[in-house]
Amino acid sequence: MSPITLLRRHWMWLAVLVLMFAIPFAFYDWSRGRHSGFALTLMSQMALMAVFALSYNMLMGQAGLLSFGHAILFGIGAYFTAHTLNFVKANDILWLPAELIPLAGGVGGLLCGTLAGYVATKQRATAFAMITLGLGELFTASALMFMTFFGGEGGITTNRVIGSSLFGFTYSSAWQVYCLLVVWAMIAAILMYLQTQTPLGRIANAARDNYERTQFVGYDPRVVRYWQFILSGFFAGIAGGLYTLVYEIVTFDTLAAVQSANGLLAAYIGGAAGFFGPVLGAVVVVGLQSGISLYTSAWLVYIGVLFIVIVMYAPGGLIGIIGVHAPIVRMGRMRELVVPYARVLAPGAVMMLGFVTFVELANHLTIGAARGKKLALLGVPLDSSSLLPWIIGVAMMLGGALWLRVEGRGFRLRWNALIEDAKARGIVA
Amino acid sequence: MEVFVVSLLNGLVYGMLLFMLASGLTLILSMMGVLNFAHASAYMLGAYFAYTVSLYVGFWPALIIAPLLCGLIGAGIEMYGLRQVHRHGHIPELLFTFGVALIIEKVVQMTWGLIPVPYRIPTELDFPLFTIYGTQFPAYRAFMLLISALMFLIIWLGLTRTRIGLIVQASLTHPDMVGALGHNVPRVFTMVFAAGTALAGLAGVIGGNYRVTDPGMAFSMGPIVFVVVIFGGLGSLTGCFIAAIMMGLIQTFAVVLDYSLADLLEVFGVIVTKATPGAEFLMVSLPRIGALLPFILLVLILMLRPRGLMGTRDT
Repeated sequence: MSPITLLRRHWMWLAVLVLMFAIPFAFYDWSRGRHSGFALTLMSQMALMAVFALSYNMLMGQAGLLSFGHAILFGIGAYFTAHTLNFVKANDILWLPAELIPLAGGVGGLLCGTLAGYVATKQRATAFAMITLGLGELFTASALMFMTFFGGEGGITTNRVIGSSLFGFTYSSAWQVYCLLVVWAMIAAILMYLQTQTPLGRIANAARDNYERTQFVGYDPRVVRYWQFILSGFFAGIAGGLYTLVYEIVTFDTLAAVQSANGLLAAYIGGAAGFFGPVLGAVVVVGLQSGISLYTSAWLVYIGVLFIVIVMYAPGGLIGIIGVHAPIVRMGRMRELVVPYARVLAPGAVMMLGFVTFVELANHLTIGAARGKKLALLGVPLDSSSLLPWIIGVAMMLGGALWLRVEGRGFRLRWNALIEDAKARGIVA
Repeated sequence: MEVFVVSLLNGLVYGMLLFMLASGLTLILSMMGVLNFAHASAYMLGAYFAYTVSLYVGFWPALIIAPLLCGLIGAGIEMYGLRQVHRHGHIPELLFTFGVALIIEKVVQMTWGLIPVPYRIPTELDFPLFTIYGTQFPAYRAFMLLISALMFLIIWLGLTRTRIGLIVQASLTHPDMVGALGHNVPRVFTMVFAAGTALAGLAGVIGGNYRVTDPGMAFSMGPIVFVVVIFGGLGSLTGCFIAAIMMGLIQTFAVVLDYSLADLLEVFGVIVTKATPGAEFLMVSLPRIGALLPFILLVLILMLRPRGLMGTRDT
């Protein structure tokens, strides 16, 4: 393949890489010549969550295995990395450049995947989900019980400045660590993409879609699941290693259920069917968690509602929503959708604003007011103890919903007409 | 002996509470194939509703009202949520209930606050029923046993002796055939879902003041209930009952038996000290792994016998 076709086919990768290095400079403090710590941490969190969500999708999207304990692979990888860092720093026996440290996490995840995967992949579907749930609880409880490896509630602290490097960096500044993280995240993502093209990746798809027929063809679905789990563990472990490099402390939270749920949310909200879905999902989920949680403590409600809306109305995830527009774009008739979209978005925005008002009022009444906070929405101060804002909020929510219903009908007509047209021209099957 | 009898009683109380929670989930899971993550949330809602209702009209009306409210919410979730998602397959259904559980937890936090609410046992039942080996047995625990035993009896009679029960039982194994015979299977699903949620709510009403009523109670109880359901086996109430009592007893006895592997080795003349390899693992005492035991059992049974104790088909 010539470089031009390669670039044309995979321009997304290059775009992501450029963006990852460009965005921190948008928050660069030129007067003091420093990077914004918040932006760097947020971007690092997004990148490592993207790797984690992609590794999660190796199970969910690729192999159809729903896991509720994926964080154990991430957490063990993180602990492995922390111990490796501490060991390299304390002893001279092992020389390991800082650039290769995340590999230690990968090895940890690989080992954990080999062990846990042997147990979990004996079953599929719901039984698999339940085993991973049990394993997740087991690991979390063990992390609090065994001090030597897990360090109990305090966790394991470490120091990423170990004084050995292939390129002469010290990794004492956040920017250097960020660059290392971006490179590793890219490598991991590319490897995971290539894995989908291997025979193993293809057979995992086959076993997901019809595991009985896969057996007839002569493959053992169990072995396929096992290998897929082990490889997924390797990449989850790398994500854990990157986590250790960024935060320099590993606690039992890294392998607890909340982290597993984050991986699941990111992969599903982004879209499990396409390869880039989990990346998009990780950006959205981390953005919501870090961005919205600055403004409100009710962010979990918004993530939960977003998740439910996606499950109910767009099982393909955000990437699926983008994907369905492809035939219309190819026909060059996106312009005809501008007006219908505007007409749907207006009531949608009203409904959302009403919903946010309602949630914030409720949240303020019980939690915010006790902390002595003042509630203001879009600069408008709201008093949660008076009745008026409640009425306005609920009215906007219900009115918006009704209006959306009416407009939605018109939108669907226009949409169906366009898709029919695309079918007639043979653009979609 | 004293410890044994008291723990046996406490284990029974806890086991029956687990059974009330798990029986509804077993029916829902075996019939609709939905692993309902929001089930423990209904347990939490039951406790909170009962707390609020009992503030105004007292505990006894709350005992009826709170489960009914939970049942209504359950019916709503099934009709307007699950049924929509059903066409996308089982995994979206499961994820849907997972999202509902997330939202319910947050809504509870926003409505009743982050700290536990003072939901107390009614004063009429706040006296020791009898004294056994110097330990008092509260009347409320006997009341809990009574309610859950009554519930078990009603479910059992309802399922085996009534026409509705027969249709429900038939829908467990042959939903298509039941539909072909002219029964409204979706409505049966809604009913079972509502009834199961109401049962979980009832468990919350009587369990919330026995244990603690805080926003974390759903997520601490949820996994144990799954263990009971899977362990008992799909499609079997009896299996669910045995598993629930077993888990209750295991967890209660694990707390009072303060032994570790090191103590076991000592019987054989091996003294474990801090220097022994693996000492940390050997010296973990039973009360500390008590909470872990159900999950070890869960993983083992799914590996070795995925249909559970008395299940009729694999999970």
